[in-house]
Amino acid sequence: MDWLFSFPHMDDASLRDLKKVIDEGFRGFTRAYGDGLEAIFEPLQHFLIWSERFMTKTPWPIILLLIAAVAWFASRNWKIVAGTVVTLLLIGYFDMWDDTMKTVSMIFVCTVLSIVVGIPIGIAMSRSDRVQNVINPILDVMQTMPSFVYLIPVVMLLGIGKVPGLIAVVIYAIPPMIRLTNLGIRLVDKDVLEAADAFGSSNWQKLKNVQMPLALPTIMAGINQTIMMALAMVVIASMIGVQGLGQPVLKAISNQYFTLGIFNGLAIVGIAIIFDRVSQAFGARLQKHREVVHG
Amino acid sequence: MGNKKIGGFGIEIKKLYKIFGPNGADCVKLVEQGVTKTELNTKHGHVLGLRDINISMPAGGIQVIMGLSGSGKSTLIRHINRLIDPTSGEVIIGDEDVVKMDAVQLREFRRHQTAMVFQKFALLPHRTVLENTLYGLEIQGAPRNRQVDCAMRWIERVGLKGFESKYPNQLSGGMQQRVGLARALANDAPILLMDEAFSALDPLIRVDMQTVLLDLQKEIKKTIVFITHDLDEALRLGDRIAILRDGEVVQQGTGQDIVMNPADDYIASFVREVNRARVIKVETVATPLNASARELKISVPAGAKLEEAARAMTLAGASEIAVVDGDGQAIGVLTLPQAVDAMVNAQVACSTPNAKKVA
Repeated sequence: MDWLFSFPHMDDASLRDLKKVIDEGFRGFTRAYGDGLEAIFEPLQHFLIWSERFMTKTPWPIILLLIAAVAWFASRNWKIVAGTVVTLLLIGYFDMWDDTMKTVSMIFVCTVLSIVVGIPIGIAMSRSDRVQNVINPILDVMQTMPSFVYLIPVVMLLGIGKVPGLIAVVIYAIPPMIRLTNLGIRLVDKDVLEAADAFGSSNWQKLKNVQMPLALPTIMAGINQTIMMALAMVVIASMIGVQGLGQPVLKAISNQYFTLGIFNGLAIVGIAIIFDRVSQAFGARLQKHREVVHG
Repeated sequence: MGNKKIGGFGIEIKKLYKIFGPNGADCVKLVEQGVTKTELNTKHGHVLGLRDINISMPAGGIQVIMGLSGSGKSTLIRHINRLIDPTSGEVIIGDEDVVKMDAVQLREFRRHQTAMVFQKFALLPHRTVLENTLYGLEIQGAPRNRQVDCAMRWIERVGLKGFESKYPNQLSGGMQQRVGLARALANDAPILLMDEAFSALDPLIRVDMQTVLLDLQKEIKKTIVFITHDLDEALRLGDRIAILRDGEVVQQGTGQDIVMNPADDYIASFVREVNRARVIKVETVATPLNASARELKISVPAGAKLEEAARAMTLAGASEIAVVDGDGQAIGVLTLPQAVDAMVNAQVACSTPNAKKVA
């Protein structure tokens, strides 16, 4: 009756061997291709370094003006611009300017990468149910797998530093980008698509003139989600050497520095709110044509 | 511009079948052998869309296809530019069979030979009226200044001057459909497909749009295929009318043919409520020419409807009117009793109790 109370499992020796084989296989793969992979990601590293240098080496008033200008052009709303400036001034006053700029730079690169990779995948998914059926479970894994678990192979392959951090963040943050691009395109009004067909649009013309513009508000929601999720990963990414607001938080956790933790945590919240309000206001502005003026 | 000879494109639909379902092609035989729509659905799991459609649409005229919802009329019009692929049959336009075109030919055909107006307008909500109107030309790859010139001309022609930079959502339904019409006309294609184009509009605006279309047609002389579920609209617009029921053509001919000789009870029940004075032409009822005709004071041209003749007679206080041909030659005489008889008589033939009372 023993088997009733303890689940019959693979015997310990085979299980150990299995794990060993997989581990060794991956280690071998790392040794053989690690350098090659690192070379592939080198352009990303340059982009990261360039972006961080720009954000930290430029005099702060210029950066402040730049961010305020971006906020204005995206939202056309003085309240949002004022909130942005006040938040950034407070962050700077509490001596978190440099860390914040590093984080902003990281988030910027992550978002750009997520958009560049995510939108084409989302488009591919929207065009074929088969592609959708393959990619959906992969996205499920990416979203539910604890991030520490996929940090292990990433660190084994690429070591500690900015690029593995970037990859970890993008893996976590890209699914909403892909999903909402797919959803946005699939939800485009069938009547309008039929009209585009009736006028002899090619697939590319349909995508460019009808599907992408009409899916844009949904895609903007995806970008907003991606930014928020990337920010949520800042602390975890700091464990593998990503600089920015995450590192002081990490220090605060291990040393029980309550105030240090709360200050940096609030700074993350502050920039999250800025990103969120600005990108949402931009998304809303893209939908201006939807306002029904005539009853 | 684009089209070589306006009016040179009649549409010939031959033996067209459409059966929805995974093995539609295999079911054509069954349907040819006389399996009914319900049988096909229950026993074979396929839906009969269209059965053996044969229609010759006149070049440069308005062909109306009329039917109630579910009759297959919208399916039929989508076969003309192959938004829906037929299960079997031919759609011949000019000397080409649309069914046999490959993807590239089909795209070119849609760009240059057809334009379509939709029931729900199907405008691009993120584009202004101007940008919507020039859509077809943009797809064709016409130079930008020609796109704008042409679009502006049609926007003005459909009465939307001053609204070029508005978004569709800012316009009323009637105005949105004017944009839809302008977009189709700017395409400068010889064939205009109108799928219940005016059905979503309220009655006054609908009549208004019908007038716009008839006025335009006098100068553009395109081959128009117009889908509607409204018999009054069909009779007003159609040079020829085909009536569809359960995917089959039950009768086709001119409006007058259909009103005067309904093919079966189904159509008879349709035409019962029609204002016959606006459908029947004077020469149909008039007595062929006799000597006295030349001396009549008033006349109507052949092709005019009974209503016009009756109005002219009442105005002039006459009881007889001459029917004259294009050269002003009298060809017949219509009397007031004849006219009244034709307006009310068929209702007796339809033998509704109501009609008898009127008679």
